[in-house]
Amino acid sequence: MRFSSEVVVTLRPSINDPQGLVVHDGLRQLGFTGVRSARVGKYIELEVEAADEASAQAVVTQMCEKLLRNPVIEDYRITVRPLGGAPSSGSPT
Amino acid sequence: MRFGIAVFPGTWSDRDCAHAVGLDGHQAVMLWHKDRELHGVDCVILPGGFSYGDYLRCGAVARFAPLMESVADFARRGGLVWGICNGFQILCEAHLLPGALLRNASLQFRCAPAWLRVDTTESPFTASCRVGDVLQIPVSHGEGRYVADQATLDQLEREERVLFRYTRPDGGPVGAASPNGSLRDIAGIVNHDGNVLGMMPHPERACEPLLGSADGMRLFRSVARSMEREGTAAGVG
Repeated sequence: MRFSSEVVVTLRPSINDPQGLVVHDGLRQLGFTGVRSARVGKYIELEVEAADEASAQAVVTQMCEKLLRNPVIEDYRITVRPLGGAPSSGSPT
Repeated sequence: MRFGIAVFPGTWSDRDCAHAVGLDGHQAVMLWHKDRELHGVDCVILPGGFSYGDYLRCGAVARFAPLMESVADFARRGGLVWGICNGFQILCEAHLLPGALLRNASLQFRCAPAWLRVDTTESPFTASCRVGDVLQIPVSHGEGRYVADQATLDQLEREERVLFRYTRPDGGPVGAASPNGSLRDIAGIVNHDGNVLGMMPHPERACEPLLGSADGMRLFRSVARSMEREGTAAGVG
């Protein structure tokens, strides 16, 4: 089965994020005075072939651990969903 | 002696490093990223540049190059490995050095003279310097802000593994003039065994008075002198 996976990589809370500070200041200058903080991260879209959703989740986790994030500075979140129509069981989409 | 100089796609300081090495009559051996052979070099330089486009994170892809397996093995056996700029980023990504290098606090690429205070000479990379010497060596990077957790920073200081710190030209604290906002003004560190150095500034670009400074040659000479003194004591080569 094919799955679509979204990986969001964020800087750890303890890491200073000058990009986020600039975004924060910019938003406030535009009048969004309610903005309390801004942090900038990375978004990665993957298409993954896997036997089922659990193994897709597992393999994307491995990708994050090995390459997609640097554990010294970053955290990550993963979402996985089936791609392309109904599963072979024929259940409606 | 023989300096190996790694060449990844996107490396840009390899020829400058070879030039600096050649000034003292040493041999430069270019090491292609797809090869595993180190050709018996005495010291491996990972030069500056944008290896593999620096996509995802600087050095994140280069660390998986076939050559890096040999370099990591060479380092584990005590061989001298010297990462400059992108090379420092690669060494951090490869976990051969602690910490990481992030976007400069200014968010700007900085290509400018910098001044480094030598904090320890108990290293093959600074053996020809004196503690407190201020070296003029330029920086040229967009992502050179050194970060690590407090415990790691304390350990680096306790074990005298911070070789260089950014300073003012007179050796005073760099303060807001830091080129990148590195924690504790760190410009260069070594690993626990002292044989792997990572530094953001470019000594190869300060190798002749014509370039504004020849201070970088003091590091190349330190390495050469240390190697001559110790031969291949570490049993690598």
